[in-house]
Amino acid sequence: MKKVFVPLVVVVAAMFVAAPIAIAEADYESTMLLVQKIFYFHFATWMAMTAAIAVCGVASLVYLFKGSKIADWCAVASAELVVVFGIFGLFSGSLWGRKAWGVWWQWDARVTMATMLVLVFLGYLMVRKYGGPGSEKLAAAMGIFGAATSPFVYKSVDWWRTIHPQTTVMKTLGEKWPGAWLLVLFCSAAFVLLTVLLLAARVRLEAMRSRLDEMYLALED
Amino acid sequence: MLANAFFALQQQIPEGFAPVTGGPQIEQIPAAPLVIASYAFFLLLMVFYLWTIWRRIGKVETEMHALERRQAEKR
Repeated sequence: MKKVFVPLVVVVAAMFVAAPIAIAEADYESTMLLVQKIFYFHFATWMAMTAAIAVCGVASLVYLFKGSKIADWCAVASAELVVVFGIFGLFSGSLWGRKAWGVWWQWDARVTMATMLVLVFLGYLMVRKYGGPGSEKLAAAMGIFGAATSPFVYKSVDWWRTIHPQTTVMKTLGEKWPGAWLLVLFCSAAFVLLTVLLLAARVRLEAMRSRLDEMYLALED
Repeated sequence: MLANAFFALQQQIPEGFAPVTGGPQIEQIPAAPLVIASYAFFLLLMVFYLWTIWRRIGKVETEMHALERRQAEKR
């Protein structure tokens, strides 16, 4: 990871410089016009959040059944990223909703479930911070169930009557509007690569904390 | 007929406030501040998050150096 970290930082930085320029130059959507441009980062942040949820779920499973320290570090690091990207997803959605729906907030199935999902991972972090000895395993269980909840959040727009756009919007975008589809893919790739970088930085922090604990124990002996 | 009466009632100008002239107006919420706020918030959030990681790593490093010194003194 050390060898690819710096080149990856350069690539991600270039992508995040290019993305807003491409978004500004993209065509307006026919009904929502300018405000639809929020969509490019809004969708991409949920992609990044989904990637972080998957990492947290798998790492929590590995930690719970194998006891791997590295898996635990990955789980806590990715749980934090879920909260960070979730906050931006909810915030950008609220701004979009203000124009598209006329309200800042709507108790819509997708919006409410996404909020609950972010709260589950916020709970994970609180358990880790304030749960005391053994909280890692309790938090791992929360990580697994949080990850298990995410497919329901994704399908909520198809299963319930909601005002949030359905999953078919993304499925047909490639045919209807290839330019927007490519831009969404580009932004999503940038966000997923950013997730990899942030995850690496956070895992390093957890590794250092673990080393610090070992040093304290060695000093006491 | 009821609709006509309702429409006629709506045409009467209430006292106190300045009336709309030139037909019905539709309120518009400007989109640009919302789009700018969304992207600016993302930038600020990332800068803040990176700063918290950097600060936490710095704290742990400081503590590690202090412990290394204490270990060296103990020897």
